[in-house]
Amino acid sequence: MKTPLHGPAKYVRLIAIGAGLTALACSFAYAAGWIGTPGLTPQRIIDTFEAQAGHHPGYRKNHAKGICVTGHFASSGLARSLSTARVFSQPRVPVIGRFAIGGANPSTPDTKVPTRSLAVQFATDDGQVWRSGMNNPPVLAVGTPQAFYQQVLAMTPDPATGKPDPARMQAFFAAHPESAAFRAWASSYKASDSFANTGYNSINAFRLIDAAGHVQPVRWQLVPETAFNALPSDVRDVDYLQHDLRQRLAQGPLRWSLRLTLAEPGDPVDDPSQAWPDDRRSIDAGMLVIESVEPPEQGACRDLNFDPLILPQGIKASADPILAARSAAYAESFNRRSRETQPSGARP
Amino acid sequence: MTSPSIAFHPLHRLIHWLMAALILAQLFIGVSMIGDLSVRHGQFIQWHKAIGLALLALVLLRIGLRLALAHPAIPNDLPRVQRLAAGISHWVLYALMLAMPLLGWAMLSAGGYPRPLQLPAIAPHDLHLYALLRQAHGWAGYLLFATVLVHLGAALMHALVRRDGVMRSMWPGPLRR
Repeated sequence: MKTPLHGPAKYVRLIAIGAGLTALACSFAYAAGWIGTPGLTPQRIIDTFEAQAGHHPGYRKNHAKGICVTGHFASSGLARSLSTARVFSQPRVPVIGRFAIGGANPSTPDTKVPTRSLAVQFATDDGQVWRSGMNNPPVLAVGTPQAFYQQVLAMTPDPATGKPDPARMQAFFAAHPESAAFRAWASSYKASDSFANTGYNSINAFRLIDAAGHVQPVRWQLVPETAFNALPSDVRDVDYLQHDLRQRLAQGPLRWSLRLTLAEPGDPVDDPSQAWPDDRRSIDAGMLVIESVEPPEQGACRDLNFDPLILPQGIKASADPILAARSAAYAESFNRRSRETQPSGARP
Repeated sequence: MTSPSIAFHPLHRLIHWLMAALILAQLFIGVSMIGDLSVRHGQFIQWHKAIGLALLALVLLRIGLRLALAHPAIPNDLPRVQRLAAGISHWVLYALMLAMPLLGWAMLSAGGYPRPLQLPAIAPHDLHLYALLRQAHGWAGYLLFATVLVHLGAALMHALVRRDGVMRSMWPGPLRR
């Protein structure tokens, strides 16, 4: 053991220790995004939603208006050779779901928004959980979170009209030719009169893993059994779709087929703005049966984050950057609404 | 130099340095993943849960070792205030090392999230409770990082300025005379 240092040598070492600790603290602050100019963050995306649609405490920060449902999934067994996930072999899997419309304002009339969504949780008897958030468009307009953020900014409502500025939207689409597939969908889109006869798409691709470890990239779609019927033009009821769903479920369950579309080598697996060719093989993995709907602002779906990266063994994420960003932004939305929630009153 | 309490038991020293590396990695992963929306995000969350679980197992083992084995005392010639600070900071470190993974586990339970290795829920699924636990996990993380900085600064002072036997008592390699 040596004697304690004194004099100049002591001060040199004190300064060195101080500098080392400061450097460590600064790297922590940098990692946290407190210093420097961090790139796009989930916080900024959610801030922008709230800036555009207003602050609605306790509600989801996007797809704010929704309703909880329950039912089950009856596997057909046809996908069990592609994935070890129990959901593809268990005859009857309990399902918690949520129908919603797009947008961050929970009081928007149901029929004013073209985007509709269905989020589901499958809880299998092996203890695994699968959550999936699906929308009615088959593709997104863009393939990166940064471009998505530019799209959100371009859709900022004009204070004069309360609607997005068409010139700004046009400029955005001109700058993003990858949006062609989405624009083609949007221009041919005819709204149906029900959540029940709407199809819902995974949009992002995932990877199925079979027992031998073989990987098959897929997208999926919930194909409605209920026949299409166009939305009437004179709807006054702001909760039209919710009331319709309640009426239909009072008559009996509603069904969707879970159709897996299998990618072939070279298909754009990691880009949600690009459709896959129409002739890709598909497999009907089973039937989603929705049986009951919960009262407004109640139900099992309310306190769940339908993070699309909550996947069971046998299903893995693709490297799609939008998929990762969705997961990050959903977590931020969940954290915020949980903080805003009073003990008695969360919202679906 | 044959006194049994000149240094920590070799297993305790091994666990100390293993945990030191994991805790620093865990703090940096944790603080960067919440503001990250790249494809790293999902990977970071999986690492964070795996490291958190490993740290929980290690801290339980370490608490056992600390209680079961003799360990060196804080030097007698330190000023009273510094001895007190050393004692308190060690208590805070142990408390936070135990609390952080438990808060993470409880927070996932309260948020209705699946847990790694299908661990059981240790808190009811409750959004309000989730909010409290999520915030506690974050603030406890910042406090842990601050305490680690103080601990590291004090260790370096002992090693480089006071040049007493404190660093030697937790030295990661074999002890030379």
